[in-house]
Amino acid sequence: MSSKEIMQVKDILLDRLLDEVTRIHYEDFRLMQICATKVAENRYEILYTFGKGYEWKHVRVTVSHEEKVPSITSIFETAYLYENEIHDLFGIQIEMMNYDFKGKLFRTGVQFPFA
Amino acid sequence: MAFTSYIGYALKNLFTKPSTEKYPAQPRQYEERYRGHIENDISKCILCGMCMRSCPSSAITVSKPAYSWKIRPFSCVQCRRCVEVCPVHCLSMHNAYTEPGPEKTEIVNSYSEEQIAKEIEKQKAMAAKIAAAKAAAAKAAEQ
Amino acid sequence: MADNSIKKISIVPFGPQHPVLPEPIHLDLVLQDEKVIDALPSIGFVHRGLEKLVEKRDFQEFVLIAERTCGICSFGHGLGYVEAIENIMDLQVPERAKFLRTMWAELARMHNHLMWLGLLGDAFGFESLFMETWRLRERVLDQLELTTGGRVIFSVNKVGGLRRDVTPAMLESIRNAVDSLEKDCRIVTDTFLGDHDVLSRMKGVGKLSPERAVELGCCGPFLRASGVRRDLRTTGYEAYGKLKFDPVISLDGDCYARCEVRIKELYQSMDLVKQCIEKMPEGEVAVPFKGNPDGECMVRIEQPRGEALYYVKANGTKFLTRYRNRTPTYSNIPGLIETIIGAELADVAMMILTIDPCISCTER
Repeated sequence: MSSKEIMQVKDILLDRLLDEVTRIHYEDFRLMQICATKVAENRYEILYTFGKGYEWKHVRVTVSHEEKVPSITSIFETAYLYENEIHDLFGIQIEMMNYDFKGKLFRTGVQFPFA
Repeated sequence: MAFTSYIGYALKNLFTKPSTEKYPAQPRQYEERYRGHIENDISKCILCGMCMRSCPSSAITVSKPAYSWKIRPFSCVQCRRCVEVCPVHCLSMHNAYTEPGPEKTEIVNSYSEEQIAKEIEKQKAMAAKIAAAKAAAAKAAEQ
Repeated sequence: MADNSIKKISIVPFGPQHPVLPEPIHLDLVLQDEKVIDALPSIGFVHRGLEKLVEKRDFQEFVLIAERTCGICSFGHGLGYVEAIENIMDLQVPERAKFLRTMWAELARMHNHLMWLGLLGDAFGFESLFMETWRLRERVLDQLELTTGGRVIFSVNKVGGLRRDVTPAMLESIRNAVDSLEKDCRIVTDTFLGDHDVLSRMKGVGKLSPERAVELGCCGPFLRASGVRRDLRTTGYEAYGKLKFDPVISLDGDCYARCEVRIKELYQSMDLVKQCIEKMPEGEVAVPFKGNPDGECMVRIEQPRGEALYYVKANGTKFLTRYRNRTPTYSNIPGLIETIIGAELADVAMMILTIDPCISCTER
């Protein structure tokens, strides 16, 4: 199987993120992971993966350091670990987390090592 | 009952010999494939540096000017990658692991006197060849 | 949340150094007398930034680094990574390589579960169980040493197949070892599951309902112990589609159920190894390929501890843009917190052990 068949990503705008995630939540999906990727200088992709049984779907937003990403912890309570990780490693600002570790989840030697 | 079946097992344990080995007295028998340590046959080595570039833990240092091949055995992770990439097959994996020691040592394999002399001669020959080729090219360009 | 009218509230730091914890995880336990009313996890003591290294190392070489994320699930990490690359490059791995990968993955599961059972026994003072299971585990490790050359880090995967083939004599040796292991394991595990002390310590402790387990994103034996039939091996990656097995589940959702699921999985793995050896096809173990990957892919595989995700983004050069590994323990932590709340302080150590935590892979 080629990678296109396995992984279909829906690219959305940042201000549509919470609406989209809420819709996915009503479809009984669970959060599988959130991960950030540095694609260019000050350009980051955040990939959200949701699963239901053996199905899965991916949602992607592209952000920069200046933008504030809304936290999805109000919808999926377990997202706080992933969001804190993204903040600690990439320096992406995430707003309104239910547990904000303030950059202390990963005790890294340098600040934002993956940025 | 579970307990009764275990009594036999416990008694067996009591009268069998220990499952550990008396290590320093009785040396460990390694399997043939066991990845223990890397050895370099320096007489075949061409100091190309492929092993140095592909080492995941940067344990190997190859220096062409000093005619030496160095490995830090305590940094080596025994992945066998260098053996696979070596173009002249001078590296080999042996199945006994590095003996523990009081300090982190470095193993240095250097070219012998004859090898160095041969290498210098080779380089000289190569330089002469290049010079000749250049002169020929310059001559051809003039005409 | 806490009722502050009662003033006997104290916060007990649990970890990162604790006798039962093999690896550093820290929990702040809010106690009301002896009862845990809230817990806050904090990780990040062993973060090594291995994912960043992918930008500096050749993608073929990175298999070796991906494997070294963790000592116990090392084979799975290598497998997930190469599968992602193979999907991007559209490589067809030979059948024999698929069967061998499946066999080694199951052997790794066996040694993981035996090791976990020993650690659990150690956590609640069952020292002889620790000795017994680790001695049994040694036989699995010996077979791995014989076939792959490594005891816990096998380094047999490469992009496009395997680095090493096995001989028929080795397969025979594995079969014999598994047969004799099964006989001895039965005695130990039957004693463990039927033991009065174990039952009184574990029955009804740390319950998690299936609805909550799914909602919190739990995975692996932790989830199956709550009665959810989800095992990624049934999706048939590698050679699992050609083997006969049924996911092990238990309906209770307590600590005892988690032990039961893992112990049954141990025998299931033995059966799968034997099936693999029986159906092992002949032929090549690797396919040659040219070029560099370009594209992205996420694969998921069932590790001994649960579902693990591997995301690879390549850009057409020999260095990848991103490698991301979401390990089972990472998504089990919220579930662990849920089970701890409401438990006695003395049971916390055991509960942490029943999710089979692996902190090194969690932090990478």
